Amino acid sequence: MRVTGYKPRILLGKAGLDGHDRGIKVIAAALRDASMEVIYTGLRATVPSIAAAAVQESVDAIGLSILSGAHVSICRELRKELEKRNALDIPVVVGGIIPAADWPLLAEAGVRKIFGPESPLDEVVEYFRWVVEPRAWANGNGPRPVGEGV
Amino acid sequence: MKKRGSGPTTEARPAAAADPYRTRSGIPLEPWYGPQHVRSHAPPPGVFPYTRGIHRDMYRGKVWTMRQYAGFGTPVQTNERFRFLLQEGQTGLSLALDLPTQLGLDSDDPLALGEVGKVGVAIDSLADMETIFQGIPLDRVSTSMTINGTASILLAMYEAVARKQGVAPERIAGTVQNDPLKEIGARGAWIFPLDPSMRLAIDLVEDTLARLPRFNPISIASHYRDAGANPAEEMAYTLSAGIAYARALMSRGIAPDEFGTRLSFFFYTYTNFFEEVAKYRAGRRIWAQWMKDAGATNENAMRMRAACVCGGHSLTRAEPLNNLARITIEAFAVACAGLQSVFTAAYDEAYAIPTELSAKTSLRIQQILALETEVAKVADPLGGSYFVESLTDSMEEAIRAVMEEIERRGGMVEALRSGWLQREIAKRAYEHQRAVDEGLIPVVGVNWPGDAAREDMPVEVQPLSEEAAEEQRRSLERVRRERDPAQVEKALARVADEARGEGNLMPAIREAVLAYATVGEITSALRRAFGTYEPPSLF
Repeated sequence: MRVTGYKPRILLGKAGLDGHDRGIKVIAAALRDASMEVIYTGLRATVPSIAAAAVQESVDAIGLSILSGAHVSICRELRKELEKRNALDIPVVVGGIIPAADWPLLAEAGVRKIFGPESPLDEVVEYFRWVVEPRAWANGNGPRPVGEGV
Repeated sequence: MKKRGSGPTTEARPAAAADPYRTRSGIPLEPWYGPQHVRSHAPPPGVFPYTRGIHRDMYRGKVWTMRQYAGFGTPVQTNERFRFLLQEGQTGLSLALDLPTQLGLDSDDPLALGEVGKVGVAIDSLADMETIFQGIPLDRVSTSMTINGTASILLAMYEAVARKQGVAPERIAGTVQNDPLKEIGARGAWIFPLDPSMRLAIDLVEDTLARLPRFNPISIASHYRDAGANPAEEMAYTLSAGIAYARALMSRGIAPDEFGTRLSFFFYTYTNFFEEVAKYRAGRRIWAQWMKDAGATNENAMRMRAACVCGGHSLTRAEPLNNLARITIEAFAVACAGLQSVFTAAYDEAYAIPTELSAKTSLRIQQILALETEVAKVADPLGGSYFVESLTDSMEEAIRAVMEEIERRGGMVEALRSGWLQREIAKRAYEHQRAVDEGLIPVVGVNWPGDAAREDMPVEVQPLSEEAAEEQRRSLERVRRERDPAQVEKALARVADEARGEGNLMPAIREAVLAYATVGEITSALRRAFGTYEPPSLF
């Protein structure tokens, strides 16, 4: 595992009405264990509130958990809301039950990566680490040698 | 004799997930079992404390109810699906509702966008319920409604449809889930804060006991398991919720004999076959004893009637056909354990809403078990097995240990209010996922064999159209146009008034339903008095 002095900030959002939050809570714990800062919206966050929180908290990535089947409309709306806030550079990652037929639709809506129900936690953590790196560099917080820390 | 098996102590917990010779609840397994491991001999099936089953002749009297969860798209499509399932030999209907209906939002609410008809059928007003059960005689079917926050509204609608069919309320049969505690603890479809949620649930139970003798007003459900709890914790949380409801009913002066005969439970069954059987045997014993201690004298009031779902989190997205084997093992465990109603999930559940083929195959699994094996012919076929008897005792200890912890925290309602229970479940889910990732808990096709696993397989997916949602919104508009607005307004004002008072809310809700007030309107009226639940912070 690469050690960096930068602590990425991840916003985890549970948009829509679905209340199955086992997955997102597990991801939150895994990201925290990997020394990331996690902000979790809680259940039934509206898409505008997720976009607003992402900008306000200047997060490095957004993770959405969606199991209800409403993923296409949620992701499209999120893209619009991020665009409004000039924040399309924040990468969006989706986890949940997403039929393969919808993957291209989510990609069009700007989703960078989709994780299914059996994705190992380390893969998810590594992906977040990788996806936030360019933003971390841009903010002058790129990876540093071991031991330097902050 | 030496006590065997220990409850899941705090230190034992992390190790439990990693040890292949422990059950999912952390109970150590011996290489073999003999008479020296059996601590007690349970009386025959049908005899207190019902370890071996609640009926002496079990499935000879009546085979378990095969109840498949169905309902998607519009009320018209759901009506078609119900007729199809009845024709295929299904013996009870199960109504799945979409999330807006579960949360008290109308189909045209901005928050419902994209969710109408997605995970179940959308019901906005009495008109939708009329459509769903058109041509289905409500005195001859039983209907289970998976509905909690808005259970009172949906039950009032069901009763109204029966009346319109000429069926008296005394004759309608079925179950409403009506278990707000597990929504707050695990499933997330909560609406009101804890205390008014309890009041609303208990109002429904009280009213149903008095008026609908064939309807089960509450099904205390174990979604804690699907959210992460282990089997012993699942049973403990669910029975503790049962105790919370029982105490609330007793505080209204309703005796255990009156409500005990009408409570039912709903559990999850995974592939840990023997532990599942032991879990149900131990659970029945604990519940019977609790009800007896609470003052029940009628044997029927001490019997733990239980339904269950086979599937849930035990099913995988990888190699979905493997799920047919899992569902079969799980349903077999349930039949060996003597439960009353079984829902077998579809093998493609991790992809989308089941197709006609996958739903039918799941039903066929139950029919094969009931007709081609001996399991429905002999009650408690595993009774007397050294292993199962010993495991039953160990599970009882483990379950009781967790229940005592909840009592120390002031009971189920307080354990939820403080967020303790939610944190326990989240912790357990994380431990489990870590153990699966590390290969300590094998999941065939996912982490075994090796890296070749986790392949996605294309399965046919049930199409869902946005047109269905559009049609639903149009029909809602029509209802709003055609009803008497003055009558609606008056009925809604009464709901809000009664909610601020202390009386039973059901009569006011029935009046509103009959006036074609919508689920969203009635919920809003209640919310004005009750407020909205605020979950405790978990971190």
